Amino acid sequence: MSEPVVHASALTKKYGDFTAVDAIDFEVAPGESFGLLGPNGAGKSTTMRMVGAVSARTGGELRVLGMDPDTHGPQIRAQLGVVPPEDTLDAELKVRDHLIVYGRYFGIPRSVCARRAEELLEFAQLTERAKAKVDDLSGGMKRRLTIARALINDPRVLMLDEPTTGLDPQARHILWDRLFRLKEKGTTLIVTTHYMDEAEQLCDRLVVVDHGRIMAEGSPAELIRTYSSREVVELRFGSDRNAAVAERLDGVGDRIEVLPDRILVYTANGEEVLEHLSRENLHPTTSLVRRSSLEDVFLRLTGRSLIE
Amino acid sequence: MSPRVSEDERGPEVSRTPSSAEAPSSADLVPRRRGLSALLPARVRALYAGNAHMLVVRGVLGARTNNWIVVLSGFFEPVFFLLAMGLGLGTFIGDVELANGQQVPYAAFIAPALLAVSAMNGAVYDSTWNVFFKMHFGKLYDAVLNTSMGPLDVALGEISYALLRGLVYATGFLTVMQVLGLNQSWTAILSLPAVVLIAFGFASIGMAVTSYMKTFQQMDWINFVMLPMFLFSATFFPLDVYPEVIQRLIQALPLWHAVELVRGLTLGQFGPQLLIHVGYFVGMIAIGIVFTTRRLRALFLD
Repeated sequence: MSEPVVHASALTKKYGDFTAVDAIDFEVAPGESFGLLGPNGAGKSTTMRMVGAVSARTGGELRVLGMDPDTHGPQIRAQLGVVPPEDTLDAELKVRDHLIVYGRYFGIPRSVCARRAEELLEFAQLTERAKAKVDDLSGGMKRRLTIARALINDPRVLMLDEPTTGLDPQARHILWDRLFRLKEKGTTLIVTTHYMDEAEQLCDRLVVVDHGRIMAEGSPAELIRTYSSREVVELRFGSDRNAAVAERLDGVGDRIEVLPDRILVYTANGEEVLEHLSRENLHPTTSLVRRSSLEDVFLRLTGRSLIE
Repeated sequence: MSPRVSEDERGPEVSRTPSSAEAPSSADLVPRRRGLSALLPARVRALYAGNAHMLVVRGVLGARTNNWIVVLSGFFEPVFFLLAMGLGLGTFIGDVELANGQQVPYAAFIAPALLAVSAMNGAVYDSTWNVFFKMHFGKLYDAVLNTSMGPLDVALGEISYALLRGLVYATGFLTVMQVLGLNQSWTAILSLPAVVLIAFGFASIGMAVTSYMKTFQQMDWINFVMLPMFLFSATFFPLDVYPEVIQRLIQALPLWHAVELVRGLTLGQFGPQLLIHVGYFVGMIAIGIVFTTRRLRALFLD
């Protein structure tokens, strides 16, 4: 196998007494689409900043494209495209100018930047807004511009930190489509998200992170297979009755999770659970059979839900 | 009014400029270190890509897109002071006698001081409030630092932009002085490089100070220091009105050196004493740059 794009071992970041990233190990292979899944504050963004050579690590080892971020920050960043969690667009400039200026921060000649800017405006469906001020764009457009901007240096690795947070469903799907095209072209993607559907859409392989540690690693399907059952039955009996009913469900399905508002029954066959309930004369106010998701994996691993 | 920097004339910063139509791979696009920066120690090189001037280009472009009228307003401030104090108040005051016995009109006395003050104000504003805002609210530097640019590029780029702006204002103000007949010597033209030197000194210290600022309340302290310095640094009246002790105190402040340097040049009191003022600012720049560079890693690469 060729040299990994990112190699991290015992990678650690501390802020005073607080350990944001706690000795994590991972590798990202060229062309791979790698995800960090976890709740807010899990250390995902801190990890991204260390890999992006904008935050010095406290301990452990880190190689990005074969180089040490501590000593080769400018050279590493030259080959990365970064989409930060919040838009950091230059509000004082016009859309096209911003793309060109950003490219020139990399030391790329103006003529090359100008040509790429046109291509990227097309890619981000912003050609008609090229002369608009950045500040006047909608949220979805700004996000697309941020992604276009991250591609101006034709990066080997595209790093996306919460790429679709705060976007409406349509804007998210447009973005996913664009990212999918990049992935097909062979760009390495590193994505953080707290949306399980996003992780399932975009990532070949992911790590589940919580409290600065890696809880599990694998493809979305593998993780679901390993840490959850095929199906989940969601039952609501009303918040005051859930706990009492849960006791009577002992032995039903593989595993039961009682949440404040609902009971989750993990099982290979959801219909069988529902039949069992009606035989026992238990009538939930609502019931739903669905396939297991990464949300369930996360719940299983940490005892908490992903979006609180 | 805003200076135009041709972006095409900036030299190629790329190791191999592609001649073919084929897009260069990103590996080709690692910026080549400019001659001098290759000599820097590794610790500094990790903070510097030799591409600082792009922030100047960005600043000019931003000013052109948006707020060139705001930028222009910086030119009028000292002109208004000169008209009100120099020409208005000056008719009641008459001439001022300098240390060497030379008599000059009041307006000619305060005009060089106002030139020095505007250099200070511009440089301090750009290196403190402007940097503070871009750092904490505009998030400009977060974006810039995701490119190959390093913190030292940011510092040098922002300081250079402040100096460029200061130079444009100074040229305008010096022209006004010339038209009003307030320049008493050909050496007045040398006040342009002097103003750049002064602005550089204030900007490099200003940036170092800003690196410690976390809130707007702390930023207000800057004004608290600047205003008395503006009023009492022999700006509007000669230093000898003060008691001896206060004179020494004022002579320790940077603005006094700035005022004396520019005044010496516009009034034609050219002499070795000016070198002391120049030396003061060279020292100030050196301290400011060392300080700022040390703080940058803590600030941007936490």
